[in-house]
Amino acid sequence: MEIIVALSIGVLSASGVWLLLRPRTFQVIIGLSLLSYAVNLFIFSMGRLRSGAAPVLSGASGDLAQYTDPLPQALVLTAIVIGFATTALFLVVLLAARGLTGTDHVDGREPKP
Amino acid sequence: MSGWLQHLAIVPILLPLAAGALMLLFNERRHQLKAGINLTATLLLAANALVLLAEAAGAPADAAVAEVYLLADWEAPFGIVLVVDRLSAMMLVLVAALGLAALVFSLARWHRAGTYFHPLFQFLLMGLNGAFLTGDLFNLFVFFEVLLAASYGLALHGSGSLRVKAGLHYIAINLAASLVFLIGVALIYGVTGTLNMADLAARVPTVVGGDRVLLEVGAAVLGIAFLTKAGMWPLCFWLPTTYAAAAAPVAALFAVLSKVGIYALLRLWLLLFGADAGASAYFGADWLLVGGLLTLGFGAVGMLASQDLARMAGYSVLVSSGTLLAAIGSGVPAATAPALYYMVSSTLAIAAFFLLIELIERGRRAGADILAVTLEAFGAADVEPEEDEAGMVIPATMALLGLSFLLCALLLAGLPPVSGFIAKFALLSALFNSGGLGADGSIAVVAWVLLAALLLSGLAALIGMTRAGIRAFWVPVGNTVPRVRLIEMAPVAVLLALCVAITVRAGPVMAYMQDTAARLHAPALYVDDVLSVVPARAAAEESDR
Repeated sequence: MEIIVALSIGVLSASGVWLLLRPRTFQVIIGLSLLSYAVNLFIFSMGRLRSGAAPVLSGASGDLAQYTDPLPQALVLTAIVIGFATTALFLVVLLAARGLTGTDHVDGREPKP
Repeated sequence: MSGWLQHLAIVPILLPLAAGALMLLFNERRHQLKAGINLTATLLLAANALVLLAEAAGAPADAAVAEVYLLADWEAPFGIVLVVDRLSAMMLVLVAALGLAALVFSLARWHRAGTYFHPLFQFLLMGLNGAFLTGDLFNLFVFFEVLLAASYGLALHGSGSLRVKAGLHYIAINLAASLVFLIGVALIYGVTGTLNMADLAARVPTVVGGDRVLLEVGAAVLGIAFLTKAGMWPLCFWLPTTYAAAAAPVAALFAVLSKVGIYALLRLWLLLFGADAGASAYFGADWLLVGGLLTLGFGAVGMLASQDLARMAGYSVLVSSGTLLAAIGSGVPAATAPALYYMVSSTLAIAAFFLLIELIERGRRAGADILAVTLEAFGAADVEPEEDEAGMVIPATMALLGLSFLLCALLLAGLPPVSGFIAKFALLSALFNSGGLGADGSIAVVAWVLLAALLLSGLAALIGMTRAGIRAFWVPVGNTVPRVRLIEMAPVAVLLALCVAITVRAGPVMAYMQDTAARLHAPALYVDDVLSVVPARAAAEESDR
């Protein structure tokens, strides 16, 4: 499981960074989205990977060894919401830039050939 | 501390939130009403910040923090805490002062140049105040996002393709920096298992072996996020363009935005990696020092090279950041107090400069036409013509503008007799006499390098400002005198007067900064104060028994 999680985080962030450095605004926003998925998975994995363990203690007999850390899950939830909101905002600016400059290049003008 | 007074710590966050939300309910055309709400809220914030400052200044000598506010009454390592100490109270006052000045300035015309100016303004204040108050790492991220989201909107205020282009870069950079922030926070949580700053500080010295490497990597990644906001070279190329493109009152408020990065760095670095941190003590100091010096150099060259006043102001933000980073990174505890003084002085000066530029350029540039177009586009045709308020146009405009410009130049270049000089002098004096005069005769190489960098950057600022001043005031023949109204000139005058005030009262102000620095360099006190706070519920049960 660890190797799959690690590989997926690596692939997501590598493609995210590559797209982020591309000259088209659409590529940049997809890159940012991929990067934020990678980061969310990363935060999640910082609570240590456990399968089949509950995050909330129940009953008085709760033994910490049988539960998974609930805090990273809460953090991921917050990060997803914030990332979603800011990406949506970026999308609006992207469309405004497209409308004002007539090109989808990040610098607002086509590079000279 | 009892009764309603203890709830003052949360007011700087709740009040802007409520005011901003309230203003969203009203129609976009009700400018007067929104301006009234915004002004009232900002005035209340300023009063509240002053009360907190007085409280922090009057805190007993053995207490590091004036007040710890437990959210939802959960004690420190488990719940989120808000901490009012000298540094955060000072930053709150600075934010309130800049906010008030920028707001009053914008009421003359800018607040009608686009939608949602007032709500975004309040949300920005909320994010800033929250970032300065919080004692929790993840909560810091949340407030960073609040202030950044508001700043994205404000950076685009007034629209136009220049702003949208600069805004696009600004947003992309900051979104990436936020992701980096999250990686750092997650790594630190993974190693230590806590996000409370005080609890973290207590645990850092106990981390050993491979975990220590991971912790340092996490801290470095987190530092990159803060340094992007502070504008350290080479993470700063977005800054001058964005600040120069932003509307004048927004840019003035943005002057404190880059200081949020510096604040977070100062607070966390000294708390987690201060002298008590065991093997990790002063981790990364060299990077801060070298980065600060490079930023200083880049900012100074930029000031010399910029043709445009607004870009020059953007580069002066970099000079200010560079000086602060180098002073913090020099590893001399005595340099912290002068650095704080410099931070206040330079932030006020840069904000005043941004406001002033708009007034100066009004007579020269066609910016007014763009503004008129946007006013029309946003349906503000019912705006009363400017001539109706001609009675408030102040006389001797050029003389006043020139005088203010001169004062700004002196402040930014660090020349006597104003506060920029005191700040730089105190900084250099601290570097050269770090152990007291004649303590050990030798002077570190760092001190010489920093001396040269500070003096040369001051010279560059002076040359740049002089040239710009000549071009703006002396060269134009038959230039129209810009129409400047009293409520536009007053904020500039007030900001500059504040600089003069901290010059005249330099003794008490510097004493306050020295107390602040002494507490920053003694993180154990802070840790004890935050972790020992008993929740109100438990305290009540205790007294019932």
